[in-house]
Amino acid sequence: MTGIVRRMGKQIPIVDYLVLGDAPHLTAHECKECKALYFDRRNACAQCGARTFGSRDLATSGVVRSFSIIHQAAPGVPVPYVSSIVDLDGGGSVKANLTKVEPDPEHVTLGMKVGLATFVAGTDDDGTEAIAFAFEPVA
Amino acid sequence: MAESVWVLGASMTKIARYPDKDVIDLASEAALNALDDGGVAMRDMQVMGMGNMFQAMAGLGQSVQQQIGQTGIPVYNVVSACATGAVAVRTVFLSIMAGEADMGIAIGAEQMGKMGLLGPGGSAKSEKNVYEPSGRYGSVIGAEGILGTTLMPGVFAQAGMEYAYEHDGVGFDQFAKVAEKNHAHSVLNPLAQYQKAFSFEEIKEARMIAYPNTLPMCCPSGDGAAAVVLVSDSKLKTLSKEQQRRAVKIGASVLTSDPYAERAQVQPDVNTLTRNAAKIAYEKAGIGPDELDLVELHDCFATAELLHYDNLGLCEPGGAGAFIDSGAPWRDGKTPVNVSGGLLSKGHPIGMTGAAGVFEITTQLRGEAGDRQIEGAKVGMAHVIGLGSSCAIHILEKAAA
Repeated sequence: MTGIVRRMGKQIPIVDYLVLGDAPHLTAHECKECKALYFDRRNACAQCGARTFGSRDLATSGVVRSFSIIHQAAPGVPVPYVSSIVDLDGGGSVKANLTKVEPDPEHVTLGMKVGLATFVAGTDDDGTEAIAFAFEPVA
Repeated sequence: MAESVWVLGASMTKIARYPDKDVIDLASEAALNALDDGGVAMRDMQVMGMGNMFQAMAGLGQSVQQQIGQTGIPVYNVVSACATGAVAVRTVFLSIMAGEADMGIAIGAEQMGKMGLLGPGGSAKSEKNVYEPSGRYGSVIGAEGILGTTLMPGVFAQAGMEYAYEHDGVGFDQFAKVAEKNHAHSVLNPLAQYQKAFSFEEIKEARMIAYPNTLPMCCPSGDGAAAVVLVSDSKLKTLSKEQQRRAVKIGASVLTSDPYAERAQVQPDVNTLTRNAAKIAYEKAGIGPDELDLVELHDCFATAELLHYDNLGLCEPGGAGAFIDSGAPWRDGKTPVNVSGGLLSKGHPIGMTGAAGVFEITTQLRGEAGDRQIEGAKVGMAHVIGLGSSCAIHILEKAAA
């Protein structure tokens, strides 16, 4: 409308451990020695002290190990929403929102099976979309 | 090297909001009262441990000395989140054990005002015009509320719900009962920020902050300071009979940090480091949890207290829900927990808390706790956790000097 040509379709993951594409998934740094998994940039392994890492793709399914339904949040964050800790099938734990579920303790339950989903979390001035991930219930 | 270290003097301000004072006033007031309580003066101190979180860049220990006595002694300004005050106590303890000092003062002080929700996600990162990955996670925007929460109410709610996932008989009701107890206890403590009891129903129906923690299940922010004067056993023997009679022995002073746990990459593990600290503390003091007459533990949120019943061995393994259901941690129960009102109601000025716990146990073991006195208390524990994480445990004993 204002004559700005937007570069449609360009996307960037909100964090570098989210891999986009046809099959979005999370990836972790894996210690070559003890197989410990990390999402952050590493200097060495906190478990064994080794200094070399590979990367490992994590499953997109898992179970809710813990959650909290947030009613008072940081400014600008819509409430209520569900923060959760998900144990991924085959290894790795991650924190993310639970979506597509009523944010109340009758509908969100410990141990519920969930799957990874992605959504647009923001758009910058160049039209690039920040893609975030969440988990939603699966049958 | 000292054989053992004793608390000679102890003091804390009432926890409140003090807009007309600064943190130097609060720390100085606690320090001077602790010196008076111990019957000693700044010129007798050979070391100072100063704990403070939010003004830690300022060299607060030196500022306090500029108000109450500059004697040129070593000052350790320490920061360790919510464990800060206890680390200050332990710093002085170590100096005495090492033989560098035979008397010293530890202070924990904080002025928070109304800070609101605490945590790394508390200040929203402003969105950049053009997304560029930055930091250790290659983030392009602030993730608070998008990838879960890092704010304290949600983090400690998740810690509690993880325990509920792993153990039967734990849920919203058990967490609410913790808050019911601590608010009831605080009615007897004139130093508490709040002295108001709430019914179980009022707590459950209060405004939800982060399920399962409602407002009265979250500690308030506040201002205050606590101080303790520590002395070596050999020095104590040279002091008056009355000073010796009121002195309380430190049976154990322990500090741990969190060992590696994979899941702790995304959710702090407040359990393992507490279990490790408790094991060491019981060994050093030569006692078991059954011998504790009272415990002050880190109830920053109601969910947190429940975990620590289990972590500190106060209940059967996995039995924290049954423990609160039985009434065991009430002041007339098997192991009174947080008879001061705890962080939930006594208050939680971050850098003060660890020293305030040592003050409370000292006062109880001296039999000077007034209306909230646990009759005949001889052994007590003060436990704190600072996320990041640190756990400090002090076991104090009433003993003949």
